[in-house]
Amino acid sequence: MPAILETKGLTYEYGHGTSMSKVAVDHVDLSVRQGELIGIIGHTGSGKSTLIQQLNGLLRPTAGQVLLEGRDIWAEPKKIREVRFRVGMVFQYPEYQLFEETVRADIAFGPRNMGLSGGEVEDRVRRAAEFAGLRPELLDRSPFELSGGEKRRAAIAGVIAMDPDVLVLDEPAAGLDPHGRDVLLSQIQSYHRLRQNTVLLVSHSMEDIARVAGRVLVMDHGRAAFFDRTAKVFAHGEELERMGLRVPQVTKIMDRLRRGGYPVAPGVLTLEDAIRQLAPVLRERGLLHVQ
Amino acid sequence: MFSNITLGQYIPGRSPLHRMDPRFKLGLTVAGIVLVFVANNFASLAVSAALVLTAAGISGISLRQYLKSLKGILVLILFTAALNLFYGSGEPLWQWGFLRITTGGVSNAVFIAARIVCLILLSAALTYTTSPTQLTDALERAMKPLGVFHIRVHEIAMIMTIALRFVPTLLEETDKIMSAQKARGADLESGGVFQRIRALIPILIPLFVSAFRRAYDLATAMECRCYRGGEGRTKMKVLRAARGDYLALLAAAGFAAAVALCNIFLPFLR
Repeated sequence: MPAILETKGLTYEYGHGTSMSKVAVDHVDLSVRQGELIGIIGHTGSGKSTLIQQLNGLLRPTAGQVLLEGRDIWAEPKKIREVRFRVGMVFQYPEYQLFEETVRADIAFGPRNMGLSGGEVEDRVRRAAEFAGLRPELLDRSPFELSGGEKRRAAIAGVIAMDPDVLVLDEPAAGLDPHGRDVLLSQIQSYHRLRQNTVLLVSHSMEDIARVAGRVLVMDHGRAAFFDRTAKVFAHGEELERMGLRVPQVTKIMDRLRRGGYPVAPGVLTLEDAIRQLAPVLRERGLLHVQ
Repeated sequence: MFSNITLGQYIPGRSPLHRMDPRFKLGLTVAGIVLVFVANNFASLAVSAALVLTAAGISGISLRQYLKSLKGILVLILFTAALNLFYGSGEPLWQWGFLRITTGGVSNAVFIAARIVCLILLSAALTYTTSPTQLTDALERAMKPLGVFHIRVHEIAMIMTIALRFVPTLLEETDKIMSAQKARGADLESGGVFQRIRALIPILIPLFVSAFRRAYDLATAMECRCYRGGEGRTKMKVLRAARGDYLALLAAAGFAAAVALCNIFLPFLR
């Protein structure tokens, strides 16, 4: 699979050239293949947000390049808007960007900016709302009448409606209740599966990342500390904790068991996986009688 | 993109002017402005200029900073001075049609320009050394007599404090909303005037909504703490006049007397 999105020596310095300059992203090299679902984790201030804002050209890198299908996105600065249509970005608390009179019109904002025809816009809105799990009857309401969770979905639909090849989501589930988190995450997962596009998901929840991401990028002090398959990254429990990150609880327990001499694999990420691994051990000792 | 805008002009420091009681500072600045206006000849203007320069001198703020405050208004100064060149009596120096520059006009122009510069520097010395919160505290005190007319001075001061407090917050919010709309392809940089104004709608509406949300949240938080306005309310930082404040008052009185004397006895210096 060819890389759809690449960064080469990507560096961003706030206040470049002044005495207060601060390097937020430091020589990051990434290569994301078409169709991947990548998790991005890192402590607050590790450079995650600065990194992703360069992927769609909201920030222009101080040094290095962002390549979209092999082309530098800043090769023609006048065409940066087109990059933003192809690399969709859902910010934290995206519901604060809603502004139109109806949810339908708000979701249509992106597609209309793309210059699509009325029918095509309508079609995109409908599909995006469906992907985001927004009930059709909500489309004609004012976005300000919706509940918190519905607003979030409407805002996410507004980005999905541009049908981006790469979708970047910054903490999409922040502030939702546990059930809402689960549902939203499953929705993103199924959107990813159906649409077969590339998704980058920033999250503080290691459990969420462990559940959905194929590969994980760990940011630490502006650098890419790890960028590997999810299980491999979470096998570095101690290093992650030193970076102020928490590995999923189940991973931690399984890691302890493994170090205690039990025959379980490293980097166990989900409860289901843990049960699968522990069942034979327990059965062997006569501690598990049911299947 | 807004992070480089400093709110107000306050530059923290520990100079005598910084430590002065803001009520005195505000009062003396107003007095100083009056003095600059009252001065009607070059001698008295020089005295008020000396007052301004003294204040600027002890503020511990660099000369460059003061020049910066003048830069914004330079055009106005030049314009006013240029206009004044043509008004005035005395010896004509240059004439072209009905336009005539006289010695009186030149002296007028210089006088007016010097006056404006003095005013700007003086108010800059105040705003550079006084934080917005201190300034509203001082204003609250200055407006206290208005309470007689049932004007709720404390509430007005509180509104001003809150407004100042939320300026950086809302700037940050604006920045975020702009990024979010740009990510959806909002075009803020091209098109004609009307197109650009239209392009602001997706930014202004969420901004207003969020400002109201914050206002309600803040109101709730204040009520939870039993805030009920100015009556019987004490301050955490009680303003106390110190020796320096009285010294400043004395010095200002000295300058005022000097200006008055120059006005009366040296009227020909004009």
